[in-house]
Amino acid sequence: MGAVKPGKLALTLYIVLLLLPLYWLMKMSLQSNEDILGSFSLWPVNPSFDNYVTILTDSSWYMGYVNSLTYVFMNMAIVLTVALPAAYAFSRYRFIGDKHMFFWLLSNRMAPPAVFLLPFFELYHAVGLFDTHIAVALAHCLFNVPLAVWILEGFMSAVPREVDEMAYIDGYSFPRFFVSVFLPLIRNGVGVAAFFCFMYSWIELLMARTLTLTEAKPISVTMTRTVSAAGLDWGLLAAAGTLTLIPGALVIWFVRNYIAKGFALGRV
Amino acid sequence: MDKIPNNRAWFLILPVFLLVAFSALIPLMAVVNYSVQDSFGGGVWIFVGDEWFRDVLTDGRLHDALLRQLGFSGLVLLIQIPLGVLIALAMPSRGWAVPVCLILLALPLLVPFNVVGTIWQLFARVDIGLMGNTLREMGVEFNYTDDPLHAWITVVLMDVWHWTPLVVLLCYSGLRAIPPAFYQAARIDGASRSAIFWYIELPKLRGVLTIAVLLRFMDSFMIFTEPFVVTGGGPGNATNFLSIVLTNWAIERRDLGPAAAFSIIYFLLVLLICWVFYTAITRIGQADKR
Amino acid sequence: MESGTLADWLEHSFGWMAWTWVTGTFFLTILGLLVVMTVWELAMPTVQRKGFLPISTTRGDRFFIGLLSSAFIHLAWLGLVGAGLTWALAICAAWMVVLLRYG
Repeated sequence: MGAVKPGKLALTLYIVLLLLPLYWLMKMSLQSNEDILGSFSLWPVNPSFDNYVTILTDSSWYMGYVNSLTYVFMNMAIVLTVALPAAYAFSRYRFIGDKHMFFWLLSNRMAPPAVFLLPFFELYHAVGLFDTHIAVALAHCLFNVPLAVWILEGFMSAVPREVDEMAYIDGYSFPRFFVSVFLPLIRNGVGVAAFFCFMYSWIELLMARTLTLTEAKPISVTMTRTVSAAGLDWGLLAAAGTLTLIPGALVIWFVRNYIAKGFALGRV
Repeated sequence: MDKIPNNRAWFLILPVFLLVAFSALIPLMAVVNYSVQDSFGGGVWIFVGDEWFRDVLTDGRLHDALLRQLGFSGLVLLIQIPLGVLIALAMPSRGWAVPVCLILLALPLLVPFNVVGTIWQLFARVDIGLMGNTLREMGVEFNYTDDPLHAWITVVLMDVWHWTPLVVLLCYSGLRAIPPAFYQAARIDGASRSAIFWYIELPKLRGVLTIAVLLRFMDSFMIFTEPFVVTGGGPGNATNFLSIVLTNWAIERRDLGPAAAFSIIYFLLVLLICWVFYTAITRIGQADKR
Repeated sequence: MESGTLADWLEHSFGWMAWTWVTGTFFLTILGLLVVMTVWELAMPTVQRKGFLPISTTRGDRFFIGLLSSAFIHLAWLGLVGAGLTWALAICAAWMVVLLRYG
């Protein structure tokens, strides 16, 4: 058992180092700006929840969280709806251009967002979706759909095709087979794909900022704008940052078992 | 498993195709259109042909930024992939510690890009930051706003902090998917720990590692918000990565044309590198199966 | 009347895209090539084979390699030679044929 210990030690050390910046963020969120700039201390001096109260009572702050979560969940719903049948097609059938289609989907993750932002802005203006949640949700499909198809395809390829054939022999229609037989088998994959969709959509800033103005403004943008207008209030900024961690932590809690069960991706 | 040839499978792909085409092809076509024209505002465009492309290709700043970007992506991959695999190997395989470790590890992944920047700004500052201040107490003159090396260390550390957990999660899942029978067989053969890693675990991790490497390469090659918040591309041009140069270029030239030409070249480069990598890994996979 | 509103609608929907004849032709050509490749594939399904390229490829793979390398040939021409992209285009067309036949 002596060989196990260095591993545990390294893991513990790594997790501690990982949490240090987060601890620092939370420490600052409990302090006023004067205390932060006034003196250096390892733990919060004069801790107070004033920063959190400010955020949770001001609608221009807390609506940012509501907007972010709205488009993130819309995005997850859209992505899973379209990616599930597509992943099934890639895992079960051979058709003209399948490999190229797959790589094309993937290539959309590779486009640098910086200059595609203006066309995005114009496009969503032209179709009248600017400053709506659905616009951001649709734009985020660009990088989430390819990833979801990729992940789901791996899980689906691990399900033997006899399962499909048996179901068809038993007289299941395709939609009924898919929902009642196939989906439960790849539950883990759906969980993992949903987790990745949530993650990338939640942390994305550039597109969300470009496509919104007021009605659907996400929290990350609220942070940049409010802060630059009022001078840097580190305490308030840290509190807002800390609050962005909570939805993420909840999502990990829900999908922890799917990740722990393990997945080896079939394709490639 | 042999797949059934069936072209009607296209109907299942169609929703994905339409959705992604809407958000991908239309903007891409617009960028191609912009790249051959000079904009005068108000929808007035003058055709200039390949002028912007020649401008961009002969601009020294682009070459520097490209080298810097390749260096950054390479460095980040070299650190994150081995570190992620090692941490995944050190993770417990069952018990209460699994969910605890997973949740703590995954926390940095769910921090929005600009919040990551803010966290590291707060963490690395000499006056109020834990890292900056501790280093100063230890007698190290750490200053990421003046010293290019320190700025690099900060940006790389930040990316390692943010994204190594992704590699860990993927590798951990890959490891859990290895059937116990493989380990039993190895034990009967008296295989050493390193032999188990090289001949059983690593080949089984190929699928997840491909995803990890591709995702990390693509995302690190397009990194924008995090260094922008922390260093703003400075000091000097030290952390001026491609996306930042591109954005500055678009603002400074007040023109979409050059920036569009720039981003097409940028996109083609990423496409080429990813295609080579993807093809190479896929071929290795097919060779293994035979 | 009808055409007037249609023109307005087109202008509103696609005016921002700043189309030019050159880029329009470019995309239509690509689209045409894709259609041709699909029809060819339907008429004569491809066989994976090994040519002078280091990997075994299908016809579609070679087509994609041809398109991607053509883009880089054009860029190299612009960076090293400068003007006269017609020559680069001619080289690419020849390269594409060689690639599809012997690659």
